Amino acid sequence: MKNAESKRRAAPSFLAPPRRARRDAAGLGAISAARARLLIYGGMCVLLIPFVFPTWWMVTSSIKPASDIFAFPPQLLPTHTDWSTYAQVFKLQPFGQQYWNSAYIAALVTVGTMAVSSLAGYAFARVRFPGANALFMVVLLGLLIPAEVTIVPLFQLFRRLGMVNTHWPLILIPIFGAPSVFATFVMRQFFIALPVELEEAARVDGLGRFTIFRKIALPLARPALASVAIFTFLHSWNLYLEPIVFLSSAHMFTLPQALTHFTDAYGGPLWNVQLAAATLTALPVLIVFVVAQKQFVEGLAHTGLK
Amino acid sequence: MAAASTALTSTPAPRRRPYWTIARRDALAGWLFVAPQLAGIATFVLLPLVLVAWFSLHEWNVLANTFNFVGARNYQQLLADPNLPGVLGASAVFSAGLVVFNLSLALLLAVLLNQKLAGIAVFRTLFFSPVVVSLVAWTIVWGFLLQKNGGINGALLALGIEGPNWLRSPGTAMASVIVVQVFKNVGLNMVLFLAALQGVPGELYEAARIDGVPRFKQFRRITLPLISPTIVLTSIITVVGSLQVFAQIAVLTQGGPGISTTVLVYYLYQQTFQFNMFGYGSTLAILLFVIVLVLTFAQWSLRRKVVFHEER
Repeated sequence: MKNAESKRRAAPSFLAPPRRARRDAAGLGAISAARARLLIYGGMCVLLIPFVFPTWWMVTSSIKPASDIFAFPPQLLPTHTDWSTYAQVFKLQPFGQQYWNSAYIAALVTVGTMAVSSLAGYAFARVRFPGANALFMVVLLGLLIPAEVTIVPLFQLFRRLGMVNTHWPLILIPIFGAPSVFATFVMRQFFIALPVELEEAARVDGLGRFTIFRKIALPLARPALASVAIFTFLHSWNLYLEPIVFLSSAHMFTLPQALTHFTDAYGGPLWNVQLAAATLTALPVLIVFVVAQKQFVEGLAHTGLK
Repeated sequence: MAAASTALTSTPAPRRRPYWTIARRDALAGWLFVAPQLAGIATFVLLPLVLVAWFSLHEWNVLANTFNFVGARNYQQLLADPNLPGVLGASAVFSAGLVVFNLSLALLLAVLLNQKLAGIAVFRTLFFSPVVVSLVAWTIVWGFLLQKNGGINGALLALGIEGPNWLRSPGTAMASVIVVQVFKNVGLNMVLFLAALQGVPGELYEAARIDGVPRFKQFRRITLPLISPTIVLTSIITVVGSLQVFAQIAVLTQGGPGISTTVLVYYLYQQTFQFNMFGYGSTLAILLFVIVLVLTFAQWSLRRKVVFHEER
């Protein structure tokens, strides 16, 4: 890279030799530009520390023996490795079961939200039906009401139904309730911006609304669906308040809740085990992110551009 | 359905107008399409909202199994609650600190990453990466780093500085929670700002450069006004989001030391699910609801005044 850089800078002087004064000015400019660039790279590397180092520290500390965890000076690379922390993760809690709980709940919520929000978003964008505007305002109310406001009555509701300490509230509320409203909104905005001609042609051919939606509109809505899928999955995967309110036994826990339960007999955290469990929770999503980062970043950015 | 539709399109002059006209069929389709979402909103948002208002008028202890109508007594208790000023203060400090720190850092990063430099995409990915790290995992690592003998104080000690007990000292606990949260999610706002910066026409800078306008002034006079819609939008999202902070507080400080990091949502959780005061918890939920409503409307009206231009 450095070579290419200096070659590029050398090139003009080789191709167009004389005109000394101008060349000197250009050379000076190139030097200060290079210096500025170096400054920017350096600044960004320093700024990166709080973004990247915690993940590094999480992974490396998870394989340190308990005695090294608070060693001074801090060990950037573990001097002794102890992989038994990972065995501990599964021994102290039904971590495999908890992993499965989080994964299948997030998967169901993601698919369910995609179905509910694309149907509703399509109807609000395309179909003329009486009361559409009023109903859309009602749906938007969901955006104004944080989940924390309704957590008390929701808890009572599910208690009445005998669904406390089951996964039902963690599945049903996000798919149909307030969290899916944002997804519906994103889908509606997307369908509004979509050219309508194809669908009109299909209508002239006599296709029904649902067929048009499924065969024509939905395949075109892939980018919007992808962003809905990404933020819905992350939202469900990160959910914390709802699980600790609704779930009480270890084999029902989801991951975020389970992470905080790796404690010793006095309730103090078993740091290395906790960090090993955190690593197992965070790494798969991070890897998917690195592979599909374009979709992630664009998907999440889309949703902000409401 | 299929038979009806062929009949509709192929017979030019039907003897009797069919019941299922296009308008009627559209109405039915529309209602059916939005039905799942609407039923969900009714069950999981509107009904609970009515219920929480109703509960807030009751003295309700789940353990003691009492549920008595007490009228406005919970609201009187709310006004007289000695913790309330502290709780609202903590919420205000958290929200204000988060918004200011988050937006300025996001803007700085966006400006840095908006340059055409080799390898800039790698930096973008790395700055964004905490967004996809599980929230509780991220919080646990920071909690570990911020321990009295943790990594941050270890690094400081290597430089000869003795660091405080970040999460247990009144002066630093709130700042720590804010910082942890900013680094987790600033990538989202950064991406939004980046998109906005890329939407600013390059000719404007060109013209300013020819006129000899200094860089900083270009930023203030061209960039900031043109991305002001995004600034307002991100601040709305960030403020409303900041009111919902819970996991970070629960994992890092449990509202302490004292009540210095007990924000409203955490207080609501404590009163309801730890002290079993469901009636009073509902009153706090109503308070949260009112605050969110007021802030949202205030910001939307501010948007009209401050924003330089709107796309539509």
